[in-house]
Amino acid sequence: MLQVGLYHFLVLSGLLFSLGIFAVLTRKNAILVLMGIELILNSANINFIAFAKYGNFGFSGQMVALFVIILAAAEAAVALAIVLNIYKNFNTVHVDEIDGLKD
Amino acid sequence: MQLYDIIFYLFALITLASALIVVSSKNIVYSAFSLLFTFFGVAGIYVLLNADFIAVVQLIVYVGGILILIIFGVMLTSKITDVQIKSESIQILPATIAVGIFAGILTASLLKTDWRVAFPASHDQTIFTIGRQLITGYVLPFELAGIVLLIALIGSVMIARKERS
Repeated sequence: MLQVGLYHFLVLSGLLFSLGIFAVLTRKNAILVLMGIELILNSANINFIAFAKYGNFGFSGQMVALFVIILAAAEAAVALAIVLNIYKNFNTVHVDEIDGLKD
Repeated sequence: MQLYDIIFYLFALITLASALIVVSSKNIVYSAFSLLFTFFGVAGIYVLLNADFIAVVQLIVYVGGILILIIFGVMLTSKITDVQIKSESIQILPATIAVGIFAGILTASLLKTDWRVAFPASHDQTIFTIGRQLITGYVLPFELAGIVLLIALIGSVMIARKERS
């Protein structure tokens, strides 16, 4: 069990995924929710690359990981623009206070 | 214990400990800076998995791009002059229980599954292979990624700019 193999990487990414979910569930600040999403994307990337090495899929895992990183960059830019706009309109970035649609 | 294992545990420890600080710290600036160490640790994990190019891309794009963007977001949306830089959490207890159960089930099912581990393939020339793949098998996703980045660039500028009256 001490010999590091596929399972170690999978468990690491599972724990990282859970921490990201925790951040998304509990944080009030929208930027911290975004950080949780980045953690989730990173854990998914670890899975892809681990299977690229240990699974018999050739190189596809690393290519998919590359595209995930590209999309994460685009997502972060758009999400932060939205957060800035929300801050300009509501003067807060707490996701539980932005409930204008309820009224 | 080989050197490989020791390095793996080191990077895993860095990653998980700093991720724990990210999700639990009261100060949003501490969260942003420990996210830096999480990204570093994940890049180390990529190196251990023979993905050296992805690791460098991780450092450049995440640490150099996304993290800077996030820190800018923190600085622009928190009232630095006030003491209101704190960020409180809500529903900690139910979320802890739910995430604990989820992590337990996930880890157990990952460990129980009998993954068909192939002989670890050695990718000697990752950069060469990635470059080849990008202009042969993955040329359509590659071009689409370029279009997506352009749209995201224009769209985020459009969203974030000041309204012209």
